[in-house]
Amino acid sequence: MAANPMYQFNVYRIGPEIKINNIDISFTNASLFMVISSLAILIIFNLGTKRSIIPNKIQLLAELSYSFISKMISDTAGSKAKPYFSFIFSLFMFVLFCNMFGMIPYSFTVTSHIIVTFVLAAFIFIGVTIIGFIKHGLGYLKLFVPSGVPMVLLPLIVVIEIISYLSRPISLSVRLFANMMAGHTMMKVFGGFVVSLGIVGGWLPLGFSVALTGLEILVAFLQAYVFAILTCIYLNDALNLHH
Amino acid sequence: MLKKIIFQFLALSLIFTYSAQSAESGGMPQLNPEFWISQIFWLVLTFGLLFIVLSNFILPKISNNLETRKSQILENIETADKQREETEKKVKEFDKIINDTKVEAKNFFNSERQKVLDKINNKRLSLEKDIEKEIIKAEEEIDQLKKTSQEKVTKIAIETSSDLVKQLIGEDINKSSLSAIVEDLSKKEMEKHNGI
Repeated sequence: MAANPMYQFNVYRIGPEIKINNIDISFTNASLFMVISSLAILIIFNLGTKRSIIPNKIQLLAELSYSFISKMISDTAGSKAKPYFSFIFSLFMFVLFCNMFGMIPYSFTVTSHIIVTFVLAAFIFIGVTIIGFIKHGLGYLKLFVPSGVPMVLLPLIVVIEIISYLSRPISLSVRLFANMMAGHTMMKVFGGFVVSLGIVGGWLPLGFSVALTGLEILVAFLQAYVFAILTCIYLNDALNLHH
Repeated sequence: MLKKIIFQFLALSLIFTYSAQSAESGGMPQLNPEFWISQIFWLVLTFGLLFIVLSNFILPKISNNLETRKSQILENIETADKQREETEKKVKEFDKIINDTKVEAKNFFNSERQKVLDKINNKRLSLEKDIEKEIIKAEEEIDQLKKTSQEKVTKIAIETSSDLVKQLIGEDINKSSLSAIVEDLSKKEMEKHNGI
């Protein structure tokens, strides 16, 4: 049973079944790891709010991540994106911690589920679109009409732009989900090799497994970063209409 | 090579997993909608709470901390600059004092040296005068001695020569003629001396 590399993505109920209006919102292992990640973020960053001129290690961590994300936002979306800082910070930290907690063996990776990433991406997509329409009114539609394109090509370009805009939430969510799922499946497969090849042949996949763990930790960070920076780029499109 | 090995392992794994999986239902649990609503609900709940707490309580504190640190550092730099300027001033004053004292010491030393030199000079001058006087005196004495000695020598020469002549011949000879001869001789002798 445990040899199935997809088994790790199973969601199961923890505790009693909770139903509101016939809708199942039971507490599952996915919910557990969402709660754990959020609590970890809150605890770490709450410890990092101590008022001291010379920061201790946790404070340094909190302040470095603060300035890291602040710089990322101001670099990609400009100074107009300042009000959305806390959202992007929360988003980055949530995705990062969910990815990282998923790296612990026998834990559950929240972001390896398409529904979770899709809800996040859809929320970002809808939010960015609303911000764009609030800021620019119907002028936001100019986003689909790049300047300097010949009139002949314009209908085609507009269609392509609209498709690419509408595919943003899909690409954003699938990128994160597929990365996490593929990485964890691969690790599970190599772990299965170690067991099935035994003490004689198991060393090579074990080495791969170790290397993959390092790679996956890198990917976990990178995907959180990519998720946050793409959000910033979409926000930049909505805030600073270039066309 | 590495790719080949990986592919072989993947192929092997597929065989293993198929044999292991054959009994149970395959596919991705992600596409099973059974718990989708639950996941969305808990995601919205946890992420919403996280966002609210972070944006209202934690992030303002961190940004506050960063800003106070920045301002404090700026203040510290300012005070440090001020203090540096003051120290530079003090160092300049100190240098000035040292220079002044150096000049003073030099002046003092020079004046003292001049005094000592003057004293030495005076003493030397007076000594030289004394010595000159002594030298003049001695020269005068020598001159006198020279004069007197010549006369004495001629006298002695006349007397001895007269004595000699007396003893040789046995009679007195006219002293004036003798003295003329002696003087003539001594003059010749002197000329010889002087000529040399």
